[in-house]
Amino acid sequence: MAFDEDAVRRTAYLARLALPMDEVPAVANQLEKIMALVEELCAISTEGVLPMAHPLDLEQPLRPDQVSNHDERQRLMASAPATEHGLFLVPKVIE
Amino acid sequence: MDWEVVIGLEVHAQLNTATKIFCGCPTTFGAEPNSHTCPVCLAMPGALPVLNEAAVDKAIAFGLAIGAELNRHSVFARKNYFYPDLPKGYQISQYELPVVGKGRLTVQMADGSEKVIGVTRAHLEEDAGKSLHEAFVGQTGIDLNRAGTPLLEIVSEPDMRSSAEAVAYLKKLHALVRYLEICDGNMQEGSFRCDANVSLRRPGAPFGTRAEIKNLNSFRFLEKAIEYEILRQKDILESGGSIVQETRLYDANRDETRSMRNKEEANDYRYFPDPDLLPLVLAEARIEKVRQSLPELPDAKRERFMQAYQLSAYDAGVLTAGRDLADYYERVADGVEGKLAANWVMGDLLGALNKAGVEIQDCPVSAEKLRLLVQRIEDKTISGKIAKEIFEEIFHQGGEIDAIIDSRGLRQITDVAAIAAMVDEIIAANPQQVAGFRAGKDKLLGFFVGQVMKASQGKANPDQVNALLLERLQKPE
Repeated sequence: MAFDEDAVRRTAYLARLALPMDEVPAVANQLEKIMALVEELCAISTEGVLPMAHPLDLEQPLRPDQVSNHDERQRLMASAPATEHGLFLVPKVIE
Repeated sequence: MDWEVVIGLEVHAQLNTATKIFCGCPTTFGAEPNSHTCPVCLAMPGALPVLNEAAVDKAIAFGLAIGAELNRHSVFARKNYFYPDLPKGYQISQYELPVVGKGRLTVQMADGSEKVIGVTRAHLEEDAGKSLHEAFVGQTGIDLNRAGTPLLEIVSEPDMRSSAEAVAYLKKLHALVRYLEICDGNMQEGSFRCDANVSLRRPGAPFGTRAEIKNLNSFRFLEKAIEYEILRQKDILESGGSIVQETRLYDANRDETRSMRNKEEANDYRYFPDPDLLPLVLAEARIEKVRQSLPELPDAKRERFMQAYQLSAYDAGVLTAGRDLADYYERVADGVEGKLAANWVMGDLLGALNKAGVEIQDCPVSAEKLRLLVQRIEDKTISGKIAKEIFEEIFHQGGEIDAIIDSRGLRQITDVAAIAAMVDEIIAANPQQVAGFRAGKDKLLGFFVGQVMKASQGKANPDQVNALLLERLQKPE
């Protein structure tokens, strides 16, 4: 499978990575090699094998529906760059 | 040539758990912004989600109620996208293996027909927070109290063929989650939200390209948005154009849908299994426990109402549309005639509630009081007409029925001698009409009944008045 420079730029955009333009060819080359490895894996027959969702052979523990957290807003918001009236502030996201 | 509309709905029902789906923060509505947050729902590094068992049980209850396959093994996946009210940069949802598989819902249409609508799947996921765009210049405020609230996303098959069917399905689903007590169903506050996929095709042809309409927070908006969308797509198709697959927003003020103009790459969610969560395994014992706790469901209740209270399918359908109304009706009908109780609940009571804009659970007249009123009609203490007046009074001002009957002298007159005296008086006072009646003008009987009822201030028993009048008028002098 081809992982060309367009695919690299698109993937970087989806992941919100600021990838310098001059690094794109090198990254494309590296990802291409990873894809080659995946191609190799695709050759293995997986018929009758269930997809693995998690490497541990365990099941999800459940939690009782009881409130265990209390208002720690001040402490939790202390590291936010901008807050006002108890809200996080971010650059405007709607035109 | 005609067009056929094809509709599928995606409904997000907020599950009414006490805490969020993956952390122990409370879910109560209307708290101070961000006061219901913790490292898990704020996406602090290293925080680990742990699944809430009540959310799982509520999903199981829904699955059982629609006769669905419950997947004994389901998987949580990350749905990746960026938006400030989604702090992790992904939403934990379920993708390839949802907890609830294929099921079905039978809806009743206004003409009495029934239609089965397929449910493709229902899966557990977390809600996002809220963005406040208006309050700050150049900035957006973020409140993450809602982030992590459990949602059950219920996806239907594209089985609906009219806006009326879509509304009937949504109403049925709404009633069902309220019966099951898994969601409060509050559409204004957003705890029951609906998106509609709408497309047109020539009958028998493959499905056309669909548009997804968002922001439908009432049954009426769903209907109007679909009607608008049908016209829009028909215009495009009939003028030789083609439909663009896109997300559209319904604007209730303008009664139109408009394109949300998503960036072309915005819909690549790159789902993958969430490594922070293990597969959800449903034990038979858990499923059985939920099954035991299921209440009587709308369809079963409707059948029972038809049998037990001798109601028509229509009446039983109206009375079981909501659990609160059904419970109220059963308390009224306890010990009185079912059909008479149904007429009062569906007629005077629902009419008054509608007019006052009050919900049944806040009804100022208790079911026990309404039952007493019906009993007073049945035991002939008052006439139906007087009962309506008393109902108006207790609905608006309150008061005790028997006290009102006594203090205002509303007791029905059933004493034959008293009624006969009034009948004689009216006959004596109207010789012309008497002559007319005897000459064959049968319709004049109504005039006499009206006069006697007026003379008795509505209190004479109408059956007795009728009988006595006929007896006197038909007797030759």
